[in-house]
Amino acid sequence: MPSPADPTRPRLRLHVVTGKGGTGKTTLAGALALALAWDGERVLLCEVEGRQGIAQLFDVAPLPYEERTVAVAPGGGEVRALAIDGEAALLEYLQMYYRLGRAGRALDRFGVIDFATTIAPGLRDVLLTGKVYEAARRRNPSGDLVYDAIVLDAPPTGRIARFLNVNTEVAGLAKVGPIRHQADSIMALMRSRRTAVHLVTVLEEMSVQETLDGITELRRAGLPVGHVLVNLVRGSPLDDSARTALGAGSVAALTVEAALHKAGIDATPQLVAQLMAEGEDHLGRLQLQSAQRQALLGVDAPVIELPFVAHGVDLGALHDLAEALTEQGLW
Amino acid sequence: MVTVPRRTKYGPQRPPTMRVAPPRGPTVSAPDLDVDGLLDDRANRIIVCCGAGGVGKTTASAALALRAAERGRRVCVLTIDPARRLAQSMGLRELDNMPREVSGIRGTGSLDAMMLDMKRTFDEVVEAHAPPAKAEQILANPFYIALSSSFAGTQEYMAMEKLGQLHAESVRAGRWDLIVVDTPPSRSALDFLDAPERLSSLLDGRFIKLLLAPTRGPARLLSAGVGLVTATVSKLLGAQVLRDVQAFVAAFDTLFGGFRQRAEATYALLQTRGTAFLVVAAAEPDALREAAYFVERLTADQMPLAGLVVNRVTTPAASLSAEEALAGASRLDPHDSTQSAVAGLLRVHAERVRVQHREARLRRRFAAAHPTVSSVAVPSLPSDVHDLAGLRRIGELLAG
Repeated sequence: MPSPADPTRPRLRLHVVTGKGGTGKTTLAGALALALAWDGERVLLCEVEGRQGIAQLFDVAPLPYEERTVAVAPGGGEVRALAIDGEAALLEYLQMYYRLGRAGRALDRFGVIDFATTIAPGLRDVLLTGKVYEAARRRNPSGDLVYDAIVLDAPPTGRIARFLNVNTEVAGLAKVGPIRHQADSIMALMRSRRTAVHLVTVLEEMSVQETLDGITELRRAGLPVGHVLVNLVRGSPLDDSARTALGAGSVAALTVEAALHKAGIDATPQLVAQLMAEGEDHLGRLQLQSAQRQALLGVDAPVIELPFVAHGVDLGALHDLAEALTEQGLW
Repeated sequence: MVTVPRRTKYGPQRPPTMRVAPPRGPTVSAPDLDVDGLLDDRANRIIVCCGAGGVGKTTASAALALRAAERGRRVCVLTIDPARRLAQSMGLRELDNMPREVSGIRGTGSLDAMMLDMKRTFDEVVEAHAPPAKAEQILANPFYIALSSSFAGTQEYMAMEKLGQLHAESVRAGRWDLIVVDTPPSRSALDFLDAPERLSSLLDGRFIKLLLAPTRGPARLLSAGVGLVTATVSKLLGAQVLRDVQAFVAAFDTLFGGFRQRAEATYALLQTRGTAFLVVAAAEPDALREAAYFVERLTADQMPLAGLVVNRVTTPAASLSAEEALAGASRLDPHDSTQSAVAGLLRVHAERVRVQHREARLRRRFAAAHPTVSSVAVPSLPSDVHDLAGLRRIGELLAG
């Protein structure tokens, strides 16, 4: 595993962001794209699940199948976003590579396009990864790469290795021909040192376990694991000594009641008991968090922690998360 | 199945007296979801839990199944991709494609649990419905192997197939009187429901007919475009892929009809009175947005929606307002260890109240847009589920 600090490691071109549902995968993909843009890169942020999560995150109208600027940064960096759609990608692909005018229409008329994008399971993934590949190597007329980096808001951890590896399946089926060639090229990019798959998790048992399993699967498939992004980490208003005292049960109800009176709160034994129960529950959650943090220590990949945003993620919070990713050296 | 709408107060039970401030717990006006009524109604034979990934859908399915079993039903729970922990929590070392009995169920009911193995389910269908020689041919076809084991989408077809099988068995052998289904974590919310239609359009698709044409006789029935299409597909994929697909489709031809029939029957079964859909969400904007989509889609498909389960809701125990708690905390001496600990407790409480208000706002928004959808909120637990007792606890919370 090349460390991010490894000076011989080339700058990443393709960041794949995966994670268990509900962990904030789209949010962190957006924050990462923003961080790269602030560093002066031209970034394409892609989503593939038709959920329009990026539009919601950046507070813009739903994205068509078209690259739209969603954020600009001082210094020339920018984030463009694209919601990749399987059917549009296939037609575009046929047009671009094979100039299929009449034949393309015939394919459509015979339901091949429909078959390929909605019915034949798996072909959609081929098209989605194919579009990412195309964007990653697209050049403008003067021969420069159009995008410095691609950030892919990818399918969830449970499906990620299969999704990225789908072109191996294709290569296994198609022994010759242009699709085979394309599948091989896509796999070469996916497995290269310029690609990293980042896994978003929260400090909960199932999510951490899924992340560990995901890493094993990715490595088995020869796909490069990047960072583990631990999201929604809850801080604590309790300092160490308060945690110890409450944890040991050495804070007596009566002294709490007295302190509450001092705080100007009309305390009852009931209120005291409730507050202490909430404290106990809070400590329990902290313990669970740290146990899961321990479980992640065994992972041979750098880990970054990002705080829980209590008021919900807006553009301001997104910038804070981008900054946190930069400070902790994600890229 | 759906209770009479009545206004309900959201939040913890408050002490009748001795309040330090007027109650400020946020209220959500949605009808209550009567979970026990749903489980006890013998007319209900299938409960489908759907919702976005990561909202605790699988755990909720298992907890509902356990509760139903302990209320006297004979239950089978079909999970799609459970965490190992969940299997363990039901005392099963691992789950496979066979329903396994869960021991330790209280009362006269029973609980079987199984996990969908899509490849095995697919293989079994082939073996059961094709003559041995043909089955062998299909199972060895490279296109079939890829389709049945690694392509996304197959899981949805197979979940439908398995549900149909379980239901048929429950009707035939009377082994179960309730099947609880956890749906696959699909990219688009209800791929599960689309499976039969997709199968149908696959079978009626001209492309399939085209692929079958050589084996079915007069090619002249097809237009002159055929040559162009096969030539193009061969050019893109290589002639050998086309041959594999053709061989697969030809061999599979006899099975298709049965597949479609069963998928359509399962779809129709889902629309009947004996089925109840529960949409599971967390009190988060994304999860509730997905839940809204599910509700609308289920309504459009005329699927019987029982209600919404909002998982992991924050419920402070004390009724002190966040402002009062924070003001109080600021009056305490940070250098005195007891006072600083109590200030910490007050801040912990204030944070909870804030999260509670935020969640209630989100739930209100959902309830306003979907006023007839009953819902139940499940308080978040400070620990993960490890055993039947943990599942039982979630079941109690689900029942309100």
